[in-house]
Amino acid sequence: MSEWLENHLPKVVLAPSFIAVLIFVYGFIGWTAWVSLTRSKLLPKYEIHGFIQYERLFDSPRWDTAINNLYIFGALFIVIAMVLGLLLAILLDQKIRVEGVIRTVYLYPMALSMIVTGTAWKWILNPGLGIESMVQGWGFPNFEFDWLVNPDYAIYTIVIAAIWQSSGFVMALFLAGLRSVDGEIIKAAQVDGIPTWRIYTAIIIPSMAPIFLSAFIVLAHLAIKSFDLVIALTGGGPGYATDLPATYMYAMAFSRGDIGQAASSAMIMMLVVFAIVVPYLYSELRAKND
Amino acid sequence: MKRFAFATVSTLAVVAGSSVVAEPQAEVLHWWTSGGEAKSVAVLQEEFASNGGTWTDMPVAGGGGDAAMTALRARVLSGNAPTAVQLKGPAIQEWYEEGVLADISNVAEAEGWADVLPASIAGHMMCEGTWCAAPVNVHRIDWIWANADVLAANDVEMPTTWDEFNAAAEKLQAAGVIPLAHGGQAWQDATVFEAVVMGIGGPEFYQKALVDLDPEALTSDTMVQVFDQMRTMRGYVDENFSGRDWNLATAMVMNGEAAFQIMGDWAKGEFLAAGKKPGEDFLCASTPGDGYLYNVDSFAMFEVEGDDNRAGQELLAKLIVAPNFQEVFNLNKGSIPARTDVALDAFDICAKISAEDMGTTSAGGSLLPSYAHGMALRGSQSGAITDVVTAHFNSDMSSADAVQQLADAVANSY
Repeated sequence: MSEWLENHLPKVVLAPSFIAVLIFVYGFIGWTAWVSLTRSKLLPKYEIHGFIQYERLFDSPRWDTAINNLYIFGALFIVIAMVLGLLLAILLDQKIRVEGVIRTVYLYPMALSMIVTGTAWKWILNPGLGIESMVQGWGFPNFEFDWLVNPDYAIYTIVIAAIWQSSGFVMALFLAGLRSVDGEIIKAAQVDGIPTWRIYTAIIIPSMAPIFLSAFIVLAHLAIKSFDLVIALTGGGPGYATDLPATYMYAMAFSRGDIGQAASSAMIMMLVVFAIVVPYLYSELRAKND
Repeated sequence: MKRFAFATVSTLAVVAGSSVVAEPQAEVLHWWTSGGEAKSVAVLQEEFASNGGTWTDMPVAGGGGDAAMTALRARVLSGNAPTAVQLKGPAIQEWYEEGVLADISNVAEAEGWADVLPASIAGHMMCEGTWCAAPVNVHRIDWIWANADVLAANDVEMPTTWDEFNAAAEKLQAAGVIPLAHGGQAWQDATVFEAVVMGIGGPEFYQKALVDLDPEALTSDTMVQVFDQMRTMRGYVDENFSGRDWNLATAMVMNGEAAFQIMGDWAKGEFLAAGKKPGEDFLCASTPGDGYLYNVDSFAMFEVEGDDNRAGQELLAKLIVAPNFQEVFNLNKGSIPARTDVALDAFDICAKISAEDMGTTSAGGSLLPSYAHGMALRGSQSGAITDVVTAHFNSDMSSADAVQQLADAVANSY
């Protein structure tokens, strides 16, 4: 008995969480997929009606806006947050004084909830309260910075706030990566008289490739599931100019009683996540097998 | 024989049980949790208790009822619906189609609801010929509120046509006043839009376009004119309007920063709370054009088990429509009673105008449900229209494009 227990203990201990994940993650993914093929309105119905919800989804201009916003937001947010994070990490890596304090300062926005970030930036960017009125008050009456209320630019305000929130975290990731590069190699390069920028571009950064991948995965899923920031900062407005897939899904499921439509948009969001995560898992698994 | 005896005994037991134990019980799901609203619900709660009932309060705040609807969905799916739920308009019919609403016709007939409620409002409370909900109040949506001093100082009258409104707005703008206080949230855009549809197209057009969703009406020249007027009005709001809450817009009218606001009569509550007097400090009038757009709050009665619950449901329905509650509740909430035989002596001038117009428009067939507030259409249809309205108002979309998108969005919403 005790021998059996010894052999099977890990499996026994893992079983409950495995079953829970099976039901509450994969089970409900299956349920959502099923509902997305029905004409469910207020309550879920289980009679299959083909791909009608997906047709409706792709006919909807609001969904188009949401997907385009996801591309704009995702691309800019990931690229800028990574570049900025890397730059901050390299600057911090110059053996400066009070590094610990500065690191905390940059990391701290991460401790705020997105709702707080969104509300604070809403005030900062509001033309009547924030930057615009302040600069105008300094004597530049023609200064304009109305991105928040301009439907063509409002999505960029969300990018700004998200980068402010996350780049410190990316910096911490990269800083750890920089510190893990073998000091001997760097010293050898310095002895050879190679300029510092060359050491970074040719030695340190290439050796940090796995960190880039992790940072990318973390930021990409943050971007796709972004919801609270949009709600707090713009409420999806002006109009629906800053809608993202997650806010679209929420509106359909909870405000409009259109569960089928919400389920189909959720499935599309999941496919987008898969498109990013599956290649990552594949490369990870292959690396292990090699 | 044995079986018969058993049946008789058990029937007797049930009869005896119900006459002794049936103490009215009601669990009420609502989202009236803010100041005046909470006070209004407390009135009902007290009346219910003084009639021997036990009230279980289930307030779910947040999201303009979205959170409450989520809670309701969970309760219904688990087979444990509350006794009464704050629901309105076509949502009542939607829940009825799910087969979960109760029939309260015996209360309605005993109390003679059909004689005291305007016909179009009574229609919302009926599910295929039986009564399934009880109306609480009538909010009028197509109000235009104005700051009396600002109008007087600029020699502007309350407009009675949209052309007059535009002329007044130009004049006010030239004088440095913001003509229209508005908050750029989708439902506020929709509120202005429906008032304009009613004003420019008339009640019949409103009925065709926003109630029957007739594609011809939606793509008509009249609808193009409506969007043109919306574009004109976009020029009358200040540049900071995006995302502003409606009560902040009301405050702008109150302190003279802006002249007009188009908003339902809950705006009156803000004016009154700030100590302003209707007719002196602020003016109320229906938006230019004929007709009356209403938003009726009501409680839908859900199918419940047990005599005590059913007794509670019937008592609740009776009390909600009774004149006493209708008067007290609506004095607190700023709306008017749904029944037409309540004395209005205690109400202010705006409420009296509202009640009078409700009577005349009901007789003339122009008492119509508000689309923006979920009275005329189901969620997915009204949402589709609001998407187009708010996208047009917040961009430089042409009216012709907006009309086309409107028809497409409606066709795509089923």
